[in-house]
Amino acid sequence: MSRETIVNILLALLLLAVPLGASAMGEPFYITLATRIAILALAAVGLNIALGLGGLVSFGHAAFFGLGGYAAGILATHAFDGVPLFAGIPGTASMPIIWLVAVVVCGLIALPIGAISLRTTGVYFIMITLAFAQMIYYFAVSWPAYGGEDGLSIYVRNEFPGVNTTQPLSYFLICYAVLMAALGLFWLLRGSRFGAALQAARQNATRLAAVGITPFNVRLIAFAVSAMVTGLAGALFADLNKFVSPSMLSWHMSGELIVLIILGGKGRLFGPVAGAMLYVLIEYALGGITERWQFFLGLILLGVVLFARGGLLGLLAGKVRHG
Amino acid sequence: MVEPVLEIRDLRKTFGALKATDSVSLDLRPGEIHALIGPNGAGKSTLIHQISGSFRPDSGTIRFLGQDMAGLDMAARARLGLGRSFQISSLAQEFSALRNVMLAVQARQGTSFRFFRPVMSDKSLTEPAMAMLERVGLAGRAYVAAAELSHGERRQLEIAIALALGSRAFLFDEPMAGMGPEGSKALTKFLDGLRHEAPILLVEHDMDAVFALADRISVLVYGRVIATGTVDQIRNDPEVRRAYLGEAA
Repeated sequence: MSRETIVNILLALLLLAVPLGASAMGEPFYITLATRIAILALAAVGLNIALGLGGLVSFGHAAFFGLGGYAAGILATHAFDGVPLFAGIPGTASMPIIWLVAVVVCGLIALPIGAISLRTTGVYFIMITLAFAQMIYYFAVSWPAYGGEDGLSIYVRNEFPGVNTTQPLSYFLICYAVLMAALGLFWLLRGSRFGAALQAARQNATRLAAVGITPFNVRLIAFAVSAMVTGLAGALFADLNKFVSPSMLSWHMSGELIVLIILGGKGRLFGPVAGAMLYVLIEYALGGITERWQFFLGLILLGVVLFARGGLLGLLAGKVRHG
Repeated sequence: MVEPVLEIRDLRKTFGALKATDSVSLDLRPGEIHALIGPNGAGKSTLIHQISGSFRPDSGTIRFLGQDMAGLDMAARARLGLGRSFQISSLAQEFSALRNVMLAVQARQGTSFRFFRPVMSDKSLTEPAMAMLERVGLAGRAYVAAAELSHGERRQLEIAIALALGSRAFLFDEPMAGMGPEGSKALTKFLDGLRHEAPILLVEHDMDAVFALADRISVLVYGRVIATGTVDQIRNDPEVRRAYLGEAA
Protein backbone atom coordinates (compact mmCIF):
# COMPACT_ATOMS: atom_id res chain seq x y z
CA MET A 1 0.00 0.00 0.00
CA SER A 2 1.39 3.38 -0.93
CA ARG A 3 1.80 6.13 1.61
CA GLU A 4 -0.92 8.12 -0.09
CA THR A 5 -3.41 5.25 0.24
CA ILE A 6 -2.68 5.01 3.95
CA VAL A 7 -3.12 8.76 4.40
CA ASN A 8 -6.39 8.59 2.47
CA ILE A 9 -7.77 5.78 4.62
CA LEU A 10 -6.79 7.62 7.79
CA LEU A 11 -8.49 10.80 6.60
CA ALA A 12 -11.64 8.86 5.69
CA LEU A 13 -11.69 7.14 9.10
CA LEU A 14 -11.03 10.38 10.95
CA LEU A 15 -13.93 12.10 9.25
CA LEU A 16 -16.16 9.17 10.21
CA ALA A 17 -14.87 8.82 13.76
CA VAL A 18 -15.41 12.43 14.87
CA PRO A 19 -19.21 12.51 14.49
CA LEU A 20 -19.56 8.96 15.83
CA GLY A 21 -17.64 10.00 18.92
CA ALA A 22 -19.53 13.27 19.17
CA SER A 23 -22.80 11.40 18.94
CA ALA A 24 -21.75 9.03 21.72
CA MET A 25 -20.84 12.01 23.90
CA GLY A 26 -24.02 13.88 23.03
CA GLU A 27 -22.31 16.75 21.22
CA PRO A 28 -24.44 17.31 18.09
CA PHE A 29 -22.54 20.48 17.21
CA TYR A 30 -19.49 18.49 16.15
CA ILE A 31 -21.67 16.26 14.00
CA THR A 32 -22.86 19.34 12.13
CA LEU A 33 -19.28 20.48 11.79
CA ALA A 34 -18.27 17.14 10.29
CA THR A 35 -21.28 17.21 7.96
CA ARG A 36 -20.19 20.64 6.78
CA ILE A 37 -16.72 19.25 6.11
CA ALA A 38 -18.14 16.32 4.14
CA ILE A 39 -20.33 18.57 2.00
CA LEU A 40 -17.63 21.16 1.30
CA ALA A 41 -15.24 18.33 0.47
CA LEU A 42 -17.82 16.92 -1.95
CA ALA A 43 -18.17 20.29 -3.67
CA ALA A 44 -14.40 20.51 -3.93
CA VAL A 45 -14.14 16.94 -5.29
CA GLY A 46 -16.35 18.21 -8.11
CA LEU A 47 -14.15 21.23 -8.74
CA ASN A 48 -11.07 19.03 -8.46
CA ILE A 49 -12.15 17.20 -11.63
CA ALA A 50 -11.98 20.43 -13.64
CA LEU A 51 -9.19 22.18 -11.71
CA GLY A 52 -7.04 19.35 -10.45
CA LEU A 53 -7.23 16.93 -13.36
CA GLY A 54 -8.00 19.31 -16.22
CA GLY A 55 -6.17 22.43 -15.04
CA LEU A 56 -9.34 24.46 -15.60
CA VAL A 57 -9.36 27.13 -12.91
CA SER A 58 -13.09 27.72 -12.71
CA PHE A 59 -13.83 30.73 -10.55
CA GLY A 60 -17.53 30.14 -11.04
CA HIS A 61 -18.28 26.83 -9.38
CA ALA A 62 -20.41 28.60 -6.77
CA ALA A 63 -22.96 28.83 -9.59
CA PHE A 64 -23.36 25.07 -9.52
CA PHE A 65 -23.16 24.83 -5.74
CA GLY A 66 -25.94 27.41 -5.51
CA LEU A 67 -28.03 25.92 -8.30
CA GLY A 68 -27.95 22.58 -6.50
CA GLY A 69 -29.00 24.39 -3.33
CA TYR A 70 -31.86 26.15 -5.07
CA ALA A 71 -32.98 22.90 -6.69
CA ALA A 72 -33.39 21.48 -3.17
CA GLY A 73 -34.96 24.65 -1.79
CA ILE A 74 -37.44 25.20 -4.61
CA LEU A 75 -38.58 21.57 -4.83
CA ALA A 76 -38.97 21.38 -1.05
CA THR A 77 -40.94 24.64 -0.90
CA HIS A 78 -43.38 23.45 -3.54
CA ALA A 79 -43.79 20.13 -1.80
CA PHE A 80 -44.40 21.89 1.54
CA ASP A 81 -46.93 24.35 0.10
CA GLY A 82 -48.59 21.77 -2.12
CA VAL A 83 -48.35 24.15 -5.09
CA PRO A 84 -47.18 22.57 -8.35
CA LEU A 85 -43.92 23.85 -9.89
CA PHE A 86 -45.35 24.35 -13.37
CA ALA A 87 -47.61 22.42 -15.74
CA GLY A 88 -48.93 20.41 -12.82
CA ILE A 89 -45.52 18.98 -11.83
CA PRO A 90 -45.43 18.79 -8.04
CA GLY A 91 -42.48 19.61 -5.80
CA THR A 92 -40.83 16.86 -3.83
CA ALA A 93 -39.24 16.31 -0.45
CA SER A 94 -37.44 13.15 -1.56
CA MET A 95 -33.68 13.60 -1.53
CA PRO A 96 -32.86 11.12 -4.31
CA ILE A 97 -35.21 12.95 -6.70
CA ILE A 98 -33.87 16.35 -5.58
CA TRP A 99 -30.30 15.16 -6.12
CA LEU A 100 -31.16 13.92 -9.59
CA VAL A 101 -32.74 17.24 -10.47
CA ALA A 102 -29.77 19.17 -9.04
CA VAL A 103 -27.27 17.07 -10.99
CA VAL A 104 -29.19 17.25 -14.28
CA VAL A 105 -29.80 20.99 -14.00
CA CYS A 106 -26.14 21.66 -13.24
CA GLY A 107 -24.99 19.47 -16.12
CA LEU A 108 -27.35 21.21 -18.55
CA ILE A 109 -26.28 24.67 -17.44
CA ALA A 110 -22.59 23.77 -17.33
CA LEU A 111 -22.57 22.69 -20.97
CA PRO A 112 -23.30 26.11 -22.51
CA ILE A 113 -21.24 27.93 -19.85
CA GLY A 114 -18.34 25.56 -20.51
CA ALA A 115 -18.76 25.71 -24.29
CA ILE A 116 -18.34 29.49 -24.20
CA SER A 117 -15.75 29.70 -21.40
CA LEU A 118 -13.51 27.00 -22.85
CA ARG A 119 -12.89 29.11 -25.94
CA THR A 120 -10.60 31.07 -23.64
CA THR A 121 -7.71 30.00 -21.42
CA GLY A 122 -5.80 31.29 -18.42
CA VAL A 123 -6.95 34.50 -16.81
CA TYR A 124 -9.75 34.94 -19.36
CA PHE A 125 -11.19 31.57 -18.45
CA ILE A 126 -11.11 32.51 -14.78
CA MET A 127 -12.88 35.80 -15.49
CA ILE A 128 -15.52 34.40 -17.82
CA THR A 129 -16.52 31.64 -15.40
CA LEU A 130 -16.71 34.29 -12.68
CA ALA A 131 -18.91 36.43 -14.92
CA PHE A 132 -21.35 33.60 -15.56
CA ALA A 133 -21.58 32.81 -11.86
CA GLN A 134 -22.23 36.44 -11.01
CA MET A 135 -24.99 36.57 -13.62
CA ILE A 136 -26.72 33.68 -11.88
CA TYR A 137 -26.07 35.28 -8.49
CA TYR A 138 -27.77 38.54 -9.48
CA PHE A 139 -30.58 36.61 -11.10
CA ALA A 140 -31.25 34.86 -7.77
CA VAL A 141 -31.00 38.13 -5.85
CA SER A 142 -33.57 39.80 -8.06
CA TRP A 143 -36.07 36.94 -8.31
CA PRO A 144 -38.63 37.53 -5.55
CA ALA A 145 -40.60 34.32 -6.12
CA TYR A 146 -37.93 32.32 -4.25
CA GLY A 147 -36.93 34.80 -1.61
CA GLY A 148 -34.63 37.02 -3.65
CA GLU A 149 -31.94 38.47 -1.45
CA ASP A 150 -33.44 36.96 1.70
CA GLY A 151 -33.08 33.41 0.53
CA LEU A 152 -35.40 30.50 0.92
CA SER A 153 -36.03 28.38 4.01
CA ILE A 154 -36.58 24.65 3.96
CA TYR A 155 -38.98 24.10 6.84
CA VAL A 156 -38.42 20.40 7.31
CA ARG A 157 -35.29 18.65 6.13
CA ASN A 158 -36.03 16.59 3.01
CA GLU A 159 -36.55 12.85 3.28
CA PHE A 160 -34.44 9.89 2.39
CA PRO A 161 -36.11 6.44 2.15
CA GLY A 162 -35.60 4.49 5.35
CA VAL A 163 -33.56 7.17 7.14
CA ASN A 164 -34.62 9.77 9.67
CA THR A 165 -32.79 12.70 8.14
CA THR A 166 -33.64 15.06 11.00
CA GLN A 167 -31.19 13.15 13.20
CA PRO A 168 -27.79 14.84 12.78
CA LEU A 169 -25.82 11.60 12.71
CA SER A 170 -28.09 10.01 10.10
CA TYR A 171 -27.77 13.06 7.90
CA PHE A 172 -24.01 13.03 8.34
CA LEU A 173 -23.88 9.41 7.24
CA ILE A 174 -25.86 10.21 4.10
CA CYS A 175 -23.45 13.02 3.23
CA TYR A 176 -20.45 10.86 4.06
CA ALA A 177 -21.70 8.06 1.82
CA VAL A 178 -22.26 10.49 -1.05
CA LEU A 179 -18.76 11.91 -0.53
CA MET A 180 -17.22 8.44 -0.62
CA ALA A 181 -19.16 7.61 -3.80
CA ALA A 182 -17.92 10.84 -5.41
CA LEU A 183 -14.35 10.01 -4.41
CA GLY A 184 -14.83 6.61 -6.02
CA LEU A 185 -16.04 8.31 -9.18
CA PHE A 186 -13.07 10.67 -9.15
CA TRP A 187 -10.69 7.75 -8.71
CA LEU A 188 -12.20 5.82 -11.60
CA LEU A 189 -12.29 8.88 -13.81
CA ARG A 190 -8.68 9.74 -13.10
CA GLY A 191 -7.47 6.25 -14.02
CA SER A 192 -9.63 5.90 -17.13
CA ARG A 193 -8.96 6.72 -20.77
CA PHE A 194 -10.96 9.88 -20.37
CA GLY A 195 -8.88 10.79 -17.34
CA ALA A 196 -5.68 10.22 -19.29
CA ALA A 197 -6.87 12.55 -22.03
CA LEU A 198 -8.01 15.14 -19.48
CA GLN A 199 -4.72 15.14 -17.61
CA ALA A 200 -2.83 15.32 -20.89
CA ALA A 201 -4.94 18.36 -21.81
CA ARG A 202 -3.66 20.02 -18.64
CA GLN A 203 -0.03 19.04 -19.20
CA ASN A 204 0.17 19.76 -22.92
CA ALA A 205 -2.91 20.46 -25.02
CA THR A 206 -0.86 20.59 -28.23
CA ARG A 207 0.33 17.07 -27.64
CA LEU A 208 -3.23 15.90 -27.13
CA ALA A 209 -4.33 17.53 -30.39
CA ALA A 210 -1.33 16.05 -32.20
CA VAL A 211 -2.49 12.52 -31.36
CA GLY A 212 -5.94 13.39 -32.68
CA ILE A 213 -7.94 14.08 -29.51
CA THR A 214 -9.64 17.48 -29.49
CA PRO A 215 -8.85 19.10 -26.12
CA PHE A 216 -12.05 21.18 -26.16
CA ASN A 217 -14.34 18.13 -26.14
CA VAL A 218 -12.48 16.50 -23.28
CA ARG A 219 -12.50 19.69 -21.22
CA LEU A 220 -16.16 20.36 -21.85
CA ILE A 221 -17.23 16.94 -20.59
CA ALA A 222 -14.96 17.33 -17.56
CA PHE A 223 -16.41 20.76 -16.82
CA ALA A 224 -19.95 19.40 -16.93
CA VAL A 225 -19.19 16.37 -14.74
CA SER A 226 -17.36 18.64 -12.33
CA ALA A 227 -20.38 20.97 -12.15
CA MET A 228 -22.73 18.05 -11.52
CA VAL A 229 -20.78 16.84 -8.49
CA THR A 230 -20.55 20.36 -7.07
CA GLY A 231 -24.29 20.79 -7.67
CA LEU A 232 -25.03 17.66 -5.69
CA ALA A 233 -23.02 19.10 -2.82
CA GLY A 234 -25.11 22.26 -3.04
CA ALA A 235 -28.33 20.28 -2.61
CA LEU A 236 -26.90 18.59 0.49
CA PHE A 237 -25.68 21.94 1.86
CA ALA A 238 -29.15 23.46 1.54
CA ASP A 239 -30.60 20.55 3.47
CA LEU A 240 -27.92 20.81 6.15
CA ASN A 241 -28.69 24.48 6.81
CA LYS A 242 -32.38 24.10 5.93
CA PHE A 243 -31.80 27.33 4.09
CA VAL A 244 -30.57 28.47 0.70
CA SER A 245 -29.62 32.01 -0.22
CA PRO A 246 -27.77 33.83 -3.01
CA SER A 247 -24.62 33.72 -0.87
CA MET A 248 -24.20 30.11 -1.99
CA LEU A 249 -23.86 31.51 -5.53
CA SER A 250 -21.48 34.34 -4.72
CA TRP A 251 -17.88 34.55 -5.82
CA HIS A 252 -16.74 34.13 -2.20
CA MET A 253 -18.02 30.60 -2.40
CA SER A 254 -16.15 29.97 -5.67
CA GLY A 255 -12.99 31.25 -4.04
CA GLU A 256 -13.56 29.11 -0.97
CA LEU A 257 -13.75 25.98 -3.11
CA ILE A 258 -10.48 26.86 -4.85
CA VAL A 259 -8.87 27.53 -1.46
CA LEU A 260 -10.01 24.11 -0.20
CA ILE A 261 -8.31 22.43 -3.13
CA ILE A 262 -5.08 24.41 -2.81
CA LEU A 263 -4.93 23.71 0.94
CA GLY A 264 -5.53 20.00 0.45
CA GLY A 265 -3.49 19.41 -2.70
CA LYS A 266 -4.87 19.85 -6.19
CA GLY A 267 -5.49 16.83 -8.34
CA ARG A 268 -5.12 14.54 -5.31
CA LEU A 269 -7.92 12.12 -4.56
CA PHE A 270 -8.25 13.17 -0.91
CA GLY A 271 -6.99 16.73 -1.43
CA PRO A 272 -10.49 18.19 -1.11
CA VAL A 273 -11.16 16.17 2.05
CA ALA A 274 -7.95 17.30 3.71
CA GLY A 275 -8.58 20.86 2.52
CA ALA A 276 -12.15 20.95 3.83
CA MET A 277 -11.04 19.55 7.20
CA LEU A 278 -8.33 22.14 7.53
CA TYR A 279 -10.56 24.96 6.37
CA VAL A 280 -13.49 24.20 8.67
CA LEU A 281 -11.09 23.59 11.55
CA ILE A 282 -9.39 26.94 11.04
CA GLU A 283 -12.76 28.62 10.70
CA TYR A 284 -13.99 27.01 13.92
CA ALA A 285 -10.85 27.31 16.02
CA LEU A 286 -9.80 30.81 14.99
CA GLY A 287 -13.35 32.01 14.39
CA GLY A 288 -13.99 31.53 18.11
CA ILE A 289 -11.03 33.74 18.99
CA THR A 290 -11.28 36.50 16.43
CA GLU A 291 -13.69 37.80 13.85
CA ARG A 292 -10.72 38.28 11.57
CA TRP A 293 -9.93 34.58 11.28
CA GLN A 294 -9.71 34.90 7.52
CA PHE A 295 -6.55 36.94 7.97
CA PHE A 296 -4.92 33.86 9.47
CA LEU A 297 -6.43 31.66 6.77
CA GLY A 298 -4.70 33.99 4.31
CA LEU A 299 -1.39 33.51 6.09
CA ILE A 300 -1.77 29.74 6.02
CA LEU A 301 -2.70 29.82 2.34
CA LEU A 302 0.34 31.96 1.64
CA GLY A 303 2.52 29.43 3.45
CA VAL A 304 1.03 26.56 1.45
CA VAL A 305 1.47 28.31 -1.88
CA LEU A 306 5.05 29.36 -1.11
CA PHE A 307 6.39 26.34 0.73
CA ALA A 308 4.05 23.39 0.21
CA ARG A 309 2.74 23.49 -3.35
CA GLY A 310 1.30 20.02 -3.02
CA GLY A 311 -0.91 21.14 -0.12
CA LEU A 312 -1.59 19.06 2.95
CA LEU A 313 -1.55 15.84 0.96
CA GLY A 314 1.75 16.76 -0.61
CA LEU A 315 3.19 17.14 2.89
CA LEU A 316 1.68 13.90 4.18
CA ALA A 317 2.02 11.65 1.17
CA GLY A 318 4.75 13.10 -1.07
CA LYS A 319 4.61 13.91 -4.76
CA VAL A 320 1.95 12.78 -7.21
CA ARG A 321 2.83 9.54 -8.94
CA HIS A 322 1.51 8.75 -12.39
CA GLY A 323 1.86 5.21 -13.69
CA MET B 1 2.67 8.37 -61.93
CA VAL B 2 1.65 7.50 -58.40
CA GLU B 3 -0.68 9.80 -56.53
CA PRO B 4 1.22 11.79 -53.88
CA VAL B 5 0.25 11.19 -50.25
CA LEU B 6 0.68 14.85 -49.41
CA GLU B 7 0.34 17.57 -51.98
CA ILE B 8 1.06 21.22 -51.27
CA ARG B 9 0.22 23.84 -53.87
CA ASP B 10 1.14 27.50 -53.86
CA LEU B 11 1.09 27.88 -50.09
CA ARG B 12 1.57 31.40 -48.72
CA LYS B 13 1.85 32.71 -45.19
CA THR B 14 3.03 36.12 -44.06
CA PHE B 15 3.71 37.47 -40.59
CA GLY B 16 3.50 41.23 -41.03
CA ALA B 17 6.06 42.08 -43.70
CA LEU B 18 7.80 38.71 -43.42
CA LYS B 19 6.97 36.18 -46.12
CA ALA B 20 7.44 33.03 -44.06
CA THR B 21 6.01 30.81 -46.74
CA ASP B 22 6.17 32.18 -50.25
CA SER B 23 4.35 30.21 -52.92
CA VAL B 24 5.55 26.81 -51.74
CA SER B 25 4.58 23.74 -53.71
CA LEU B 26 5.87 20.30 -52.91
CA ASP B 27 4.62 16.77 -52.58
CA LEU B 28 5.35 13.62 -50.65
CA ARG B 29 5.09 10.36 -52.57
CA PRO B 30 4.45 6.89 -51.16
CA GLY B 31 7.53 5.22 -49.76
CA GLU B 32 9.84 8.21 -49.93
CA ILE B 33 11.72 10.40 -47.54
CA HIS B 34 11.48 13.96 -48.71
CA ALA B 35 13.90 16.16 -46.83
CA LEU B 36 13.30 19.83 -46.33
CA ILE B 37 16.47 21.78 -45.73
CA GLY B 38 17.37 25.42 -45.51
CA PRO B 39 19.11 27.93 -43.29
CA ASN B 40 17.67 29.01 -39.94
CA GLY B 41 14.60 31.18 -40.40
CA ALA B 42 13.89 29.83 -43.87
CA GLY B 43 10.36 28.88 -42.82
CA LYS B 44 10.72 25.13 -42.45
CA SER B 45 8.92 24.87 -39.12
CA THR B 46 6.28 27.37 -40.26
CA LEU B 47 5.58 25.07 -43.20
CA ILE B 48 5.31 22.03 -40.93
CA HIS B 49 2.93 23.97 -38.67
CA GLN B 50 0.68 24.75 -41.62
CA ILE B 51 0.65 21.14 -42.78
CA SER B 52 -0.15 19.80 -39.32
CA GLY B 53 -2.77 22.46 -38.67
CA SER B 54 -1.18 24.67 -35.98
CA PHE B 55 -1.08 27.65 -38.36
CA ARG B 56 -3.58 28.53 -41.03
CA PRO B 57 -2.03 29.47 -44.40
CA ASP B 58 -3.04 32.76 -46.03
CA SER B 59 -3.66 30.99 -49.32
CA GLY B 60 -2.86 27.82 -51.20
CA THR B 61 -3.98 24.24 -50.69
CA ILE B 62 -2.78 21.25 -48.73
CA ARG B 63 -4.18 17.90 -49.79
CA PHE B 64 -3.55 14.77 -47.75
CA LEU B 65 -4.63 11.40 -49.19
CA GLY B 66 -6.59 13.37 -51.77
CA GLN B 67 -8.52 15.36 -49.17
CA ASP B 68 -8.33 19.13 -48.79
CA MET B 69 -7.09 19.99 -45.29
CA ALA B 70 -8.58 23.49 -45.20
CA GLY B 71 -10.78 23.95 -42.14
CA LEU B 72 -9.47 20.83 -40.36
CA ASP B 73 -7.74 21.43 -37.04
CA MET B 74 -4.67 19.63 -35.77
CA ALA B 75 -6.64 16.87 -34.05
CA ALA B 76 -8.71 16.17 -37.16
CA ARG B 77 -5.59 15.94 -39.33
CA ALA B 78 -3.95 13.62 -36.83
CA ARG B 79 -7.02 11.38 -36.92
CA LEU B 80 -6.69 11.17 -40.71
CA GLY B 81 -3.15 9.89 -40.23
CA LEU B 82 -0.83 12.85 -40.22
CA GLY B 83 1.70 12.07 -37.49
CA ARG B 84 4.16 14.73 -36.45
CA SER B 85 7.06 15.25 -34.12
CA PHE B 86 7.89 18.67 -32.78
CA GLN B 87 11.07 20.68 -33.14
CA ILE B 88 10.91 21.31 -29.41
CA SER B 89 9.66 18.11 -27.78
CA SER B 90 6.00 18.35 -26.92
CA LEU B 91 4.98 15.66 -24.48
CA ALA B 92 2.74 15.16 -21.47
CA GLN B 93 5.64 15.82 -19.11
CA GLU B 94 4.25 14.26 -15.94
CA PHE B 95 3.24 11.05 -17.67
CA SER B 96 5.68 8.20 -18.16
CA ALA B 97 6.95 7.40 -21.63
CA LEU B 98 4.54 4.47 -21.70
CA ARG B 99 1.53 6.62 -20.82
CA ASN B 100 2.45 9.11 -23.52
CA VAL B 101 2.34 6.33 -26.09
CA MET B 102 -0.81 4.83 -24.54
CA LEU B 103 -2.52 8.16 -25.15
CA ALA B 104 -1.77 7.78 -28.84
CA VAL B 105 -3.03 4.18 -28.80
CA GLN B 106 -6.36 5.17 -27.25
CA ALA B 107 -6.62 8.08 -29.67
CA ARG B 108 -6.16 5.72 -32.60
CA GLN B 109 -8.80 3.39 -31.18
CA GLY B 110 -11.12 6.36 -30.75
CA THR B 111 -11.87 5.34 -27.17
CA SER B 112 -11.05 8.48 -25.21
CA PHE B 113 -14.58 8.87 -23.89
CA ARG B 114 -14.54 5.80 -21.69
CA PHE B 115 -14.80 6.83 -18.09
CA PHE B 116 -14.33 3.88 -15.79
CA ARG B 117 -11.96 1.15 -16.88
CA PRO B 118 -8.47 1.72 -15.48
CA VAL B 119 -5.90 2.18 -18.24
CA MET B 120 -2.85 0.85 -16.45
CA SER B 121 -4.20 -2.71 -16.32
CA ASP B 122 -5.67 -2.53 -19.82
CA LYS B 123 -3.57 -4.71 -22.10
CA SER B 124 -5.24 -3.35 -25.24
CA LEU B 125 -3.43 -0.10 -24.42
CA THR B 126 -0.25 -1.13 -22.64
CA GLU B 127 0.83 -3.88 -25.05
CA PRO B 128 0.74 -1.89 -28.30
CA ALA B 129 2.32 1.06 -26.50
CA MET B 130 5.15 -1.08 -25.15
CA ALA B 131 5.68 -2.58 -28.61
CA MET B 132 6.18 0.92 -30.04
CA LEU B 133 8.65 1.82 -27.30
CA GLU B 134 10.54 -1.35 -28.11
CA ARG B 135 10.69 -0.41 -31.78
CA VAL B 136 12.36 2.91 -31.02
CA GLY B 137 14.57 1.36 -28.35
CA LEU B 138 12.96 3.03 -25.37
CA ALA B 139 11.34 0.02 -23.68
CA GLY B 140 13.82 0.16 -20.82
CA ARG B 141 12.67 3.69 -19.99
CA ALA B 142 8.93 2.99 -20.25
CA TYR B 143 8.10 4.02 -16.69
CA VAL B 144 10.23 7.14 -16.56
CA ALA B 145 8.34 10.45 -16.63
CA ALA B 146 8.75 12.30 -19.92
CA ALA B 147 10.18 15.26 -18.02
CA GLU B 148 13.03 13.07 -16.77
CA LEU B 149 14.01 11.62 -20.14
CA SER B 150 17.11 12.89 -21.89
CA HIS B 151 16.71 15.17 -24.86
CA GLY B 152 17.42 12.39 -27.34
CA GLU B 153 15.06 9.99 -25.59
CA ARG B 154 12.26 12.52 -25.88
CA ARG B 155 12.80 12.67 -29.64
CA GLN B 156 12.58 8.88 -29.75
CA LEU B 157 9.41 9.02 -27.68
CA GLU B 158 7.83 11.49 -30.10
CA ILE B 159 8.53 9.07 -32.92
CA ALA B 160 7.06 6.16 -30.93
CA ILE B 161 3.89 8.24 -30.48
CA ALA B 162 3.68 8.95 -34.22
CA LEU B 163 4.13 5.22 -34.88
CA ALA B 164 1.41 4.30 -32.41
CA LEU B 165 -1.01 6.56 -34.26
CA GLY B 166 -0.67 4.34 -37.32
CA SER B 167 0.20 7.46 -39.28
CA ARG B 168 -0.17 7.47 -43.08
CA ALA B 169 2.53 10.13 -43.36
CA PHE B 170 5.12 11.45 -40.93
CA LEU B 171 6.19 15.03 -40.43
CA PHE B 172 9.40 15.00 -38.46
CA ASP B 173 10.81 18.37 -37.42
CA GLU B 174 14.52 17.99 -36.65
CA PRO B 175 14.31 14.57 -35.01
CA MET B 176 18.11 14.37 -34.69
CA ALA B 177 18.54 17.74 -32.98
CA GLY B 178 20.47 17.39 -29.77
CA MET B 179 21.31 13.72 -30.31
CA GLY B 180 24.83 12.40 -30.02
CA PRO B 181 26.51 10.82 -33.07
CA GLU B 182 25.53 7.31 -31.91
CA GLY B 183 21.90 8.32 -31.48
CA SER B 184 21.82 10.02 -34.88
CA LYS B 185 23.25 6.97 -36.55
CA ALA B 186 20.70 4.67 -34.91
CA LEU B 187 17.83 6.98 -35.77
CA THR B 188 19.03 7.31 -39.37
CA LYS B 189 18.92 3.55 -39.70
CA PHE B 190 15.48 3.44 -38.13
CA LEU B 191 14.01 6.12 -40.41
CA ASP B 192 15.52 4.36 -43.41
CA GLY B 193 13.27 1.38 -42.74
CA LEU B 194 10.29 3.46 -41.66
CA ARG B 195 9.74 5.01 -45.10
CA HIS B 196 8.18 1.75 -46.30
CA GLU B 197 5.51 2.06 -43.64
CA ALA B 198 4.62 5.63 -44.47
CA PRO B 199 6.44 8.43 -46.30
CA ILE B 200 8.34 10.98 -44.26
CA LEU B 201 8.65 14.72 -44.71
CA LEU B 202 11.86 15.34 -42.84
CA VAL B 203 13.14 18.70 -41.65
CA GLU B 204 16.73 18.17 -40.59
CA HIS B 205 19.98 20.08 -40.15
CA ASP B 206 22.17 16.99 -39.93
CA MET B 207 23.38 16.87 -43.57
CA ASP B 208 24.95 13.43 -43.23
CA ALA B 209 21.57 12.06 -42.24
CA VAL B 210 19.77 14.00 -44.98
CA PHE B 211 22.13 12.83 -47.72
CA ALA B 212 21.98 9.26 -46.46
CA LEU B 213 18.21 9.12 -46.21
CA ALA B 214 16.52 11.45 -48.65
CA ASP B 215 14.99 10.25 -51.88
CA ARG B 216 14.38 13.88 -52.73
CA ILE B 217 15.39 17.15 -51.15
CA SER B 218 13.68 20.52 -51.28
CA VAL B 219 15.69 23.59 -50.35
CA LEU B 220 13.81 26.40 -48.65
CA VAL B 221 15.34 29.88 -48.51
CA TYR B 222 13.40 32.96 -47.32
CA GLY B 223 10.15 31.02 -47.54
CA ARG B 224 10.68 29.92 -51.17
CA VAL B 225 11.56 26.50 -52.51
CA ILE B 226 14.62 27.29 -54.62
CA ALA B 227 15.23 23.72 -55.73
CA THR B 228 13.77 20.22 -55.50
CA GLY B 229 15.61 17.15 -56.66
CA THR B 230 17.59 14.05 -55.83
CA VAL B 231 20.60 14.19 -53.54
CA ASP B 232 22.99 14.50 -56.49
CA GLN B 233 20.93 17.17 -58.19
CA ILE B 234 20.84 19.24 -55.03
CA ARG B 235 24.52 18.80 -54.28
CA ASN B 236 25.38 20.06 -57.74
CA ASP B 237 22.83 22.83 -57.99
CA PRO B 238 24.80 26.09 -58.20
CA GLU B 239 22.05 28.19 -56.66
CA VAL B 240 21.75 25.84 -53.70
CA ARG B 241 25.50 25.84 -53.22
CA ARG B 242 25.54 29.60 -53.16
CA ALA B 243 22.49 30.05 -50.96
CA TYR B 244 22.91 27.33 -48.46
CA LEU B 245 25.42 24.54 -48.73
CA GLY B 246 28.24 26.96 -49.37
CA GLU B 247 31.73 25.53 -49.14
CA ALA B 248 30.61 22.71 -46.88
CA ALA B 249 29.21 20.62 -49.74
